[in-house]
Amino acid sequence: MPNVAIHAKGLNKWFGEGEAKTSALREVGLEAYFGEMVYVVGPSGSGKTTLLSVLSGILRPNSGNVLVEGIDIWTLGPDELADFRLHKIGFVFQDYHLFPRLNTAENVAIPLILKKKDWDESIRAAVNYLEIVGLRSRADLPPVKLSGGEQQRVAIARAMVSEPDILIMDEPTASLDGDTGSAILSFVHKNILNANRCIVVVTHDSRIYEFASRILQMEDGRLTGPEKSAA
Amino acid sequence: MKGILKLAYKLLVNDKAKFTALLIGITFAVYLMMFVTSMFIGVLNHASATIINIGATMWVMDPAVQTVTNTVGMPDYVLDAVRSMQGVKYAVPLYSGAGLVKLPDGTYQSTYVIGLDDTSLLGRPQLLEGKIEDIYAENGFIAVNDAEFEKLENPRIGSELELNDHRAVIVGIAQVTTSGLYGIPTLYTTYARASQYLPNPRYTISYVLVEPKSAADVQKIKEQAAALGYLALTREEFMKRTADFFIYQTGGGTNILIMTAVSFIIGLSISGQTFYTFILENLERFGALKAIGARKRNLIGMILFQATFTSFTGYGLGVGLCALLIWVARYRLPSYAAMFTYTNLVIGFAMVAFIAAVSSYVGIRRVLKIEPFDIFRG
Repeated sequence: MPNVAIHAKGLNKWFGEGEAKTSALREVGLEAYFGEMVYVVGPSGSGKTTLLSVLSGILRPNSGNVLVEGIDIWTLGPDELADFRLHKIGFVFQDYHLFPRLNTAENVAIPLILKKKDWDESIRAAVNYLEIVGLRSRADLPPVKLSGGEQQRVAIARAMVSEPDILIMDEPTASLDGDTGSAILSFVHKNILNANRCIVVVTHDSRIYEFASRILQMEDGRLTGPEKSAA
Repeated sequence: MKGILKLAYKLLVNDKAKFTALLIGITFAVYLMMFVTSMFIGVLNHASATIINIGATMWVMDPAVQTVTNTVGMPDYVLDAVRSMQGVKYAVPLYSGAGLVKLPDGTYQSTYVIGLDDTSLLGRPQLLEGKIEDIYAENGFIAVNDAEFEKLENPRIGSELELNDHRAVIVGIAQVTTSGLYGIPTLYTTYARASQYLPNPRYTISYVLVEPKSAADVQKIKEQAAALGYLALTREEFMKRTADFFIYQTGGGTNILIMTAVSFIIGLSISGQTFYTFILENLERFGALKAIGARKRNLIGMILFQATFTSFTGYGLGVGLCALLIWVARYRLPSYAAMFTYTNLVIGFAMVAFIAAVSSYVGIRRVLKIEPFDIFRG
């Protein structure tokens, strides 16, 4: 029986009040395990990103629980929640959100710097991760000098540099062409996923479904069931 | 925290255009504030030139005196009365007045004449040329070589002038710490000669200069002078009285206050607006940091550091620029009335600290409001 990385139950989230009230999550429950790459797929506005935000400790649900490695994250205070994200979760944002005024290595080192690691030590670790994603030679360049695929790999290196247990990827191929998107996800599948790590990917790019361990379908704020049970 | 501050520093200075705009705004505002206040302090300092140059510990005067140049004569018995006061080590008279000098080319020049006590010459200036005892020679005067010296046609030892239809002979050239405010040259002579040469009111003693036996006697002397109907002030108190006159009883103080406020508002507007724009443009990045796991206090620390670093760098540049321009102006105009004091440095520093605080507050409010969820939504 694989270990549970994320256990969510009875999640409800709505925005606005009265007539303007919109439900983004309705009684959502799921389990994600270490060693698997779970995809959450569905049309725009189905609540995928909201679910990802609730699971990763960014958006507080109106009701329900999220247990990560047995800890109910929504009982934590703001600072503890920030620490939880810093130590347990790696984020790959849809638009990368790299810092244009920092070079590539400094961008990757940010989580370590937030962890109060020494600057030089953080940069050395960041360069090692750039080596892993094949961008060692780009360490001193600003992100604007990199291609879209390279920027995505920098974002992955930044998410992985603090060696989190859970990697959250939001539409990782949205800004990439098909081949590059497949190459990125293939790289993540081969090099990042391991028995002690759980990866949750939100996407509606069917070209990368081949790398999923499980695919969960979302529609209108509900998980409507797995579309695919194994890669 | 050190690494986070370095991160904040790089985010700030690597945005060269914004950082330069911020620095220029604050530097300009500090320059304006420092320049206006240093000009005014310089003017006040020149207004107290006689007090500084004479250097007496205490001054006894008529209570109607507002500034050192605005003298009210006192009868001779005041000198004797002061000398007999408890706590007085010695007391001497000082004459201070204005005369009209007829220059060799036939033109007239207003002149400030100081008559030193004949016995002690207390308050005598430092001589550059000549001997102090020559002041006792017939018609002997000492000319002060300051910025106004050339208005006497650069006299030398032996040069003759006509002062209020009396012959005056220059017997020495002196220098003083501070030149006067009104742009007229200064001549020193003895008290007796000054009171003979210049048009006399009924009473001739402008001030009685007093040296107390000890610091504890200052208050006693003040009380005794007050009982006599006169005012005794220490050097610092007399300078403050002179400064207060210019600050509160002329338009000078109000104008300086307005100018300082305007420069402060300009600085606050420029730097506040630019810093706010800087924060707005980096809002997504701060949101990303928040999502990754930065605590509120990390973000507050970063913004405080950025605002403080920019403000105090601007302060240094503004003060430096002002000092440079004053130095250049003094190079051309030796008596240029502008000077830095701890007071205007502290006022400038306080204003910059306020600008940093307001800029930080605005930035922090905005950054703390950003939801990491917005970053996810893109």
